[in-house]
Amino acid sequence: MILFTAIASATGLSALAVVLSRNIVRSAVWLLFTLVGVSLLYFLLGAEFVGATQLIVYVGGTMVLVVFGVMLTAQQQFLKIRTRPQEWIVGIVLAGALFTLLATVSLRLGEGRTTAPTESMPGTGQLGVGFLTTYLLPFEIISVHLLVVLIGAAYLARAKRRPREGVASD
Amino acid sequence: MKELFSFLPSPFDLLAACLVIGIILISFIAVSGLFFTWLERKVSGRIQDRLGPTRVGKYGLLQSVADAIKLITKEDTSPDVADKFLFKLAPYLALCASFVAFVSLPFGNGIVGHNLNVAAFFILAVLSSEVFGVILAGYASGSKWSLFGGIREAAQVVSYEVPRSMCVLIPVIVAGTLNLNTIGVQQTGFFWQWNLFHDPFTFVAFFIFFIVATASCKRAPFDLAEAESELVAGFHTEYSGIRWSIFFMAEYASMFAVSGAAAILFLGGWHSGLLPFEPSLELGWFGHVLNVVVFVLKGWLLVFVMMWMRWSLPRLRIDQVMMTCLKYFLPISCVLLVGVCLWELFVPTIVGQVWRWASAVVCALGLVVLLVQMLTKALPGPKAGLPGAWEGMPTPLLRAKSA
Amino acid sequence: MTELGLTPYLCLGAFLFACGLLCIATKRNAVGILMGVELVLNAANVNFVACARFVPSFALEGQVFALLVIVLAAGEAAIALAIILNFYNNHATVDVDRADELKG
Repeated sequence: MILFTAIASATGLSALAVVLSRNIVRSAVWLLFTLVGVSLLYFLLGAEFVGATQLIVYVGGTMVLVVFGVMLTAQQQFLKIRTRPQEWIVGIVLAGALFTLLATVSLRLGEGRTTAPTESMPGTGQLGVGFLTTYLLPFEIISVHLLVVLIGAAYLARAKRRPREGVASD
Repeated sequence: MKELFSFLPSPFDLLAACLVIGIILISFIAVSGLFFTWLERKVSGRIQDRLGPTRVGKYGLLQSVADAIKLITKEDTSPDVADKFLFKLAPYLALCASFVAFVSLPFGNGIVGHNLNVAAFFILAVLSSEVFGVILAGYASGSKWSLFGGIREAAQVVSYEVPRSMCVLIPVIVAGTLNLNTIGVQQTGFFWQWNLFHDPFTFVAFFIFFIVATASCKRAPFDLAEAESELVAGFHTEYSGIRWSIFFMAEYASMFAVSGAAAILFLGGWHSGLLPFEPSLELGWFGHVLNVVVFVLKGWLLVFVMMWMRWSLPRLRIDQVMMTCLKYFLPISCVLLVGVCLWELFVPTIVGQVWRWASAVVCALGLVVLLVQMLTKALPGPKAGLPGAWEGMPTPLLRAKSA
Repeated sequence: MTELGLTPYLCLGAFLFACGLLCIATKRNAVGILMGVELVLNAANVNFVACARFVPSFALEGQVFALLVIVLAAGEAAIALAIILNFYNNHATVDVDRADELKG
């Protein structure tokens, strides 16, 4: 209980800091802490394989990519691109409405729960067997999807010649 | 360990157990770090035909303590253009990533911070987060050179994670579980039970894993971050005093973590290989102590080999580093993975046993012959003439001979 | 945690989702918008794994979905960053308010 409160509040505060931070690199660092917090929540829920995967794929892979992107595009004058107050108000109203809706639904879902929680979450072995039997199709689709992403990203990020001034691109 | 504190109310006994385990692990990392700094200087000294530290304490053992005192009393500088918060945060991120890996590393039978069922995967995952400290340090130092050093380091570490994960998969396939404690228990007995001798693919996988782990620890010959001739000191140029030493503690901690992982996965972990039984079960608490001592010695031996490699081999350029990873280690790891799977499926048990005994005996004999030769061969005396381009030039010995 | 139940985890998921949505709506930096998308995906994942834990018939499916979402999010972040870098190379800015023409 205390563990959940600590980890959940840390995760929530880091997520809030991602939104409120004006320096994009600091946002990236707060996002890192949010993702680590979510991974700790998975360990707390007993889903150890998913927690370790979150750490290795999200924190060790995706976040490194995001921070590289931030550093390669963060010129000094663009670090602090300001949003106008009107956009903030619209955003806060929308996000607040969505949060109220989702929280109400969650509270109603949580009442009258009669089934006991899963005693032991399926481990790595069962996940592996599941991926190769029941969920084989999503697994294969994901493999092809990753191949497409690899080729696409490599093509998009290839070194191109800069177009000359005044020449229309064809 | 939670039971020791059962007199406290419910969440606090877990917290107290965690605190005690954390303190034990941090003390181990700190003492190891002090020992490794002394060892590094002695090993580098001896390889370079000089003595290393000798004055502070017997054999210079207190040199690390003296260094620590000096670093603590240094001025805490940071560049003006640096992002202060990130600058101060980066070393601690690296240290946390290295430290958390120790939580699931078994030092003996059942002597582990938390026995995770996915321990091998967890260690890989956590050590892959260390790259963040490097990137943030490079960026927050506010200088182009640190940023380049940080980005090159991050590219190297992230690329080498792929062959590292595949080489960790190989003993996991042999063992059938990701639980490091179980993998250690499966290697009980004499040294031919170790995973190293299970089949030729795991034998090669050990060496590939060791090299790749050296690369992902940013250790020589892959240490472009500290390429003094090009980048001053790469991502930790602007760090001085205790912040720099935190980076180095993180590096030594992750060196020991990967050495410990290699010891458990391939070299039998806490088993000495000379006893046919599990010491902690037969010999009680003395068995536990023996297990911990054997494991720590194996880890220290592998770290010593990493230091030996650092001072013997020249540094690789960044393009050579990436080419080695992508063109050599990655295909080799894929072939080893396929080989282990085929061996497990098709090779009959008797062939497996014969290979095990044969390779273990050959390796042990080779090691014994090597040691005997090293210890009994006469040391080469001083040469009178100089080799190569300096042929015929006068030296004190030649002058003494002709006089 | 057996005494906690499903509700706190779902509320945390809702909060992360709202933060992600606010991030997408208010950040002008394209990489900031990508960070918001990651927050949204993580909120969904928290919901999946919490339901896997507290609804026993969903135990395997929840983890499988969470793993699939993690993998897909990583692929999507890679492509998004490639697009952002292309945009930066052509326009010398990552301010999405400047991305108001379909050309280039």
